[in-house]
Amino acid sequence: MWPMLARQTSAEFLKLWRVPAFSGTSLLLPVVFYGFIGVGQANESMGPPSFVKFGAYFLASMAVYAVANVMIFSFGISVATERGMKMDLLMRATPLPPFVYLLSRCITALGFAALTLAVLFPFAYIAGGVRLDPSQWFSLGYRVLLGSIPFIALGFAIGYLSGPNSAIAVINLVYLPTAFASGLFFPKQLLPQIIQQISPYLPLYRFGQLGWDAIGAPTSDSVTTDWIYLIGYGVGFFAIAIWAYRREESRKFS
Amino acid sequence: MAAELVDATKKYGQVEALRGVSLTIQLGEVVAMLGPNGAGKTTSISLLLGLRKTTSGSARLFGLEPTDIAARSRVGVMLQESGIPQMLKVREIVDLFRSYYPAPMQRDRAIAMAGLEEKAGALVKELSGGQRQRLYFALAVCGDPQVLFLDEPTVGMDVEGRRAFIARIAEFAKLGRTVVLTTHYLEEADQLAQRVVVIDRGVIIADASPVEIKGKVAGKRIRFTASGITQSTLDGLPVTATTVEGNAVQLLTNDPVTVLRALFQRGLEISDLEVTGADLEDAFISLTSHQKN
Repeated sequence: MWPMLARQTSAEFLKLWRVPAFSGTSLLLPVVFYGFIGVGQANESMGPPSFVKFGAYFLASMAVYAVANVMIFSFGISVATERGMKMDLLMRATPLPPFVYLLSRCITALGFAALTLAVLFPFAYIAGGVRLDPSQWFSLGYRVLLGSIPFIALGFAIGYLSGPNSAIAVINLVYLPTAFASGLFFPKQLLPQIIQQISPYLPLYRFGQLGWDAIGAPTSDSVTTDWIYLIGYGVGFFAIAIWAYRREESRKFS
Repeated sequence: MAAELVDATKKYGQVEALRGVSLTIQLGEVVAMLGPNGAGKTTSISLLLGLRKTTSGSARLFGLEPTDIAARSRVGVMLQESGIPQMLKVREIVDLFRSYYPAPMQRDRAIAMAGLEEKAGALVKELSGGQRQRLYFALAVCGDPQVLFLDEPTVGMDVEGRRAFIARIAEFAKLGRTVVLTTHYLEEADQLAQRVVVIDRGVIIADASPVEIKGKVAGKRIRFTASGITQSTLDGLPVTATTVEGNAVQLLTNDPVTVLRALFQRGLEISDLEVTGADLEDAFISLTSHQKN
């Protein structure tokens, strides 16, 4: 099984890597946003009680944005495209166990997510002058990777529920506004009142809280609460993904 | 025994694609499943591969459930209209598929069997239609399978491409492997298979050697119009099927010269005469009418 998993994972990685529309945007977009929004005011203090600098705060925001972006796009769009091209048909007839295939995609997505952080962190350090304790860098990195797992399921669900041509539209329609409403681009306090009331219930907001807490910014709930929310969303997303997958199975392979 | 369908039926909603098919394929056999579009060929293969489930009856691969990984490990597949990742190189995707099988063949050998040596470093998306079809063949054989299933492997190829492709399949079959292929072309079945299974409208209507099948099937179609013609005018001609609609006549035969000579001798006023090779649809008309007689 291991050689199979290794091969499949490297193939999945190459498939994504060689599509500049994916690899380019995944790696560069968070850096570009950071350059436009974060760098100019990196040294501004966010005020009491923590006096965290905006550069660090926005790094956490963009780390969350970048990683969730990879999960949703890499799964959502590639699953939808591959379904459209009937790639699942030939794979189904091979001895490749479906869980190995799924696992390889999860590993690839996590690897890609780690890669985006490997680009974003040094950029924030150099261009934004962000200085964190080693433990804070570490905490931000692992929380953001671990917290991205529910979004794998979300991407997977979108990939199975939307068509190959509509997946990109669906994702942009869902993802970008949610990212704004969750305070990833502007701190929540700057958002309209009504959105501020919705945002605590958004998965990306909970994910963002984990990031902001990691760099020492104050958050509205405890980290445990945020994790519980995320686990809840994760369970829900996985349930939808499995349902969508089974629906597809019973249509195509029964 | 390599693969077996026992009284298999398959319904897609209200449509009956297979209506009770029993078929046993022994190890080492090269079997061609022949039939027009929608006859049930692809459905039969899908059942044998576990890509579809039988509505009633059963499908077995090496005596196992077709979805069993152990059974699938011994099978190579080429399917119609299946996609593969565009952004992998030929040798990468061959290596990927090799990793699925317990005892695959050498990568370069699989690529050579498909005649893709020069394209080994090319991305899938750079391949032409014919090259892509050959890549599917490389993926089907790279696991060194005991049984190869090929669903319409030469579809969309020109005559030359088809001939070369058939030669590649024959080369693989020579290793003593089992090959099951579906095709539209009697000619392909004839070149390759020792056994031809003819499927029409979800049932097997013939299962015999290519020579026997060819004997039953009309090779030529004669069309003409003649005024005042009746069925009895055409009695005693060496034809396999006769259709008369008003003044228009269509005959299917393996001996067009004799038929035409007889028609002229009978003094018919023939116009719009046309003699063409019968296509498979025509061939089936004669085959099914044979069955009824």
